[in-house]
Amino acid sequence: MITKIQEAKVLRTFSKGGVHPAEQKLSADKAIEKAGLPKQVSIPIAQHIGAPSTPVVKKKDQVKAGDVIAQSQGFVSSNIHSSVSGTVAKIDQVIDASGFRKPCAVINVEGDEWADGIDTSADLIRDITLSAEEIRQKVLEAGIVGMGGATFPSHVKLSVPEGKEVDTLIINGVECEPYLTSDHRVMLERAEEMLVGIRILMRALGVEKALIGVEHNKPDAIAHLKNMVEGEEGMEVYGLKVKYPQGGEKQLIQALLDREVPSGGLPLDVGVVVHNVGTALAVYEAVQKNKPLIERVVTVTGKSLAKPANLLVRIGTPVKDLIEAAGGLPEDTGKVVSGGPMMGKALQTLDVPVVKGTSGILVIPEKEAKRTPEMHCIRCSRCVTVCPMGLEPYLLKQLAQQERYEELEEQSVLDCIECGSCSFTCPAHLPLLDYIRLGKSHVNQIIRNRKSK
Amino acid sequence: MTTTVLYTILSLSILGAIMAVILYIVAQKFKVYEDPRIDEVEDALPGANCGGCGYPGCRGFAEAMVKADDISEFNCPVGGNETMKEVARILGQEMEEKDPKVAVVRCNGTPQNRPQTSQYDGPSTCAIEATLYGGETGCHYGCLGKGDCVEVCEFDAIFMNEETGLPYVIDENCTACNACVTACPNDIIELRKRNKKDRKIYVSCVNQDKGALARKVCKVACIGCGKCVKVCPFDAITMENNLAYIDPVKCKLCRKCVEECPTHAILEVGFPPRKKKKEATEKQSAESQDKAKN
Repeated sequence: MITKIQEAKVLRTFSKGGVHPAEQKLSADKAIEKAGLPKQVSIPIAQHIGAPSTPVVKKKDQVKAGDVIAQSQGFVSSNIHSSVSGTVAKIDQVIDASGFRKPCAVINVEGDEWADGIDTSADLIRDITLSAEEIRQKVLEAGIVGMGGATFPSHVKLSVPEGKEVDTLIINGVECEPYLTSDHRVMLERAEEMLVGIRILMRALGVEKALIGVEHNKPDAIAHLKNMVEGEEGMEVYGLKVKYPQGGEKQLIQALLDREVPSGGLPLDVGVVVHNVGTALAVYEAVQKNKPLIERVVTVTGKSLAKPANLLVRIGTPVKDLIEAAGGLPEDTGKVVSGGPMMGKALQTLDVPVVKGTSGILVIPEKEAKRTPEMHCIRCSRCVTVCPMGLEPYLLKQLAQQERYEELEEQSVLDCIECGSCSFTCPAHLPLLDYIRLGKSHVNQIIRNRKSK
Repeated sequence: MTTTVLYTILSLSILGAIMAVILYIVAQKFKVYEDPRIDEVEDALPGANCGGCGYPGCRGFAEAMVKADDISEFNCPVGGNETMKEVARILGQEMEEKDPKVAVVRCNGTPQNRPQTSQYDGPSTCAIEATLYGGETGCHYGCLGKGDCVEVCEFDAIFMNEETGLPYVIDENCTACNACVTACPNDIIELRKRNKKDRKIYVSCVNQDKGALARKVCKVACIGCGKCVKVCPFDAITMENNLAYIDPVKCKLCRKCVEECPTHAILEVGFPPRKKKKEATEKQSAESQDKAKN
């Protein structure tokens, strides 16, 4: 048994900033349940960062679960598969979790037939027969994207460009967002498959070392994984100090390896590739079972929710179905958020579909949902203290508000990872991140214009 | 005593004289030639520094005009034709008259017409709300109602109407400086030709959704039915992306389209009340046709 002081010394973490919001992992002990099939799914055609895919189905087409419904366009793009079997009702604009209307394939569910070649049995297949190139191809075809929420196409992360060298794979099991427990449950219940997934990722990258980082508030997962990796060569599990935003890849790399990703750089620049535990599981299923990414574990949680749960959900299921499965929408609901409370986004309607990046659905009661009125900045510099990227949020906000975008660029506003620690900690309740995000979009626009000239 | 005073005065005078000479030499050596017309032109401009001309302030605009050979492409939206004539006189050029313009808010989504479906809780600016989602109502194109346009107006020409939640333009004060047009993230505000007596006919909607969807979220949305296009005798109305647009230059203010619009998305402003429906339209159409022939 280690005391708190010892713990602080023993456990690794990132050096700059960070906050510790109340953990609220209400659904941590709830086993993953299979959610019922919805009547209708709406699957967004673009669920990833990069070029949107082009739909290859049309109205009245019959599809099976696992059929490609949208083909990737270009390198940084991903395939989209049907998550159910049924008839395509229409390709229409549907409001998704981003808050805007996006093209979606709306499919009426009929039965549950799977496309040929998908192994739906629960048998564990350990032997990896494919080469690195074949694995990348499989990952691309299966439409796997980063499942921590950023939805960056995974095959891109597996293709190491010429001149770059990767020596370590980091598996992100941190789950630093309060409330969310989907990764936690995956690590507990699907560890064996996940470890094979990690082996596959290691082979694709050609690395000998894989580190799994898990925050110390999940001792059962750490113990279980430590048990599992015994005898697995090159794999190590680390318990990390509980600190938000440790799940940010730059923070996690620093916590585990003490390497700092340079400003504007990628983890590749320090020889690291980071994948989420959910992604590792999806890679296992794609490579060993031939199953594309059409379902994921989603935490449905909230203080006033009757039955917080971790559900295995088909992509495209409307959020209201999930809330129904968790005991229905409580009367005192103020906000429903897709993702965690720190970085998640409030939803406009409950018809929003679950996408590949949906890690959780959080129901916030009315009294906690409202923002506190803004006051004046008292120059306490708490935002500077907590910024994990070493930025000065108060300054960035002012510059963005005054439209001084060139200075904003000089202040490295693009390094902001939008973790929200500054807004969370601000005693004057200033909407720091809101303005920083606005500034970022302007600066990005300026840079694009400069490049196109 | 007196000698001290004398010496002081003397030494200071000499020092002053030497400094004056040095200053003079330096001033001559580092003199920057500036066209005296720049000052003149700047004096002729309104001095609002609003940036409506696209240059950084009136001084920048004056410099650009003095430098250019031909100023016919330049326009000071605030000063209008009179100012530009004065500038042309100073620079010894001719200036064509330009149509004065006025800002028009193209959304009529009052809470009655366009019910609220969600509540936005973030910072009260349209710019941020627009990056987060489609807005508090079902319409993803219309006014967000946070008043970024009011904030940027230097001329007290645009205000929020508390009841409707929409901005309204005070035509006398509007100088068509374009500030509100650029501030609006949804491009609702347009600079349109200023007509006599500030009369206006315009499509008060920017919703590009298909008719059924647009109608569902807002009672007065343009549904893209095309009736106005057919009825317009001057080909002033075009239909693009399920949205009608009335060309302010071609429009002769006959008001036929206003009556035709099934959702009342086309507004008429500043007209006297109509006479009996039939008479009025016949008379007007006759008049307008006459005008067209002339």
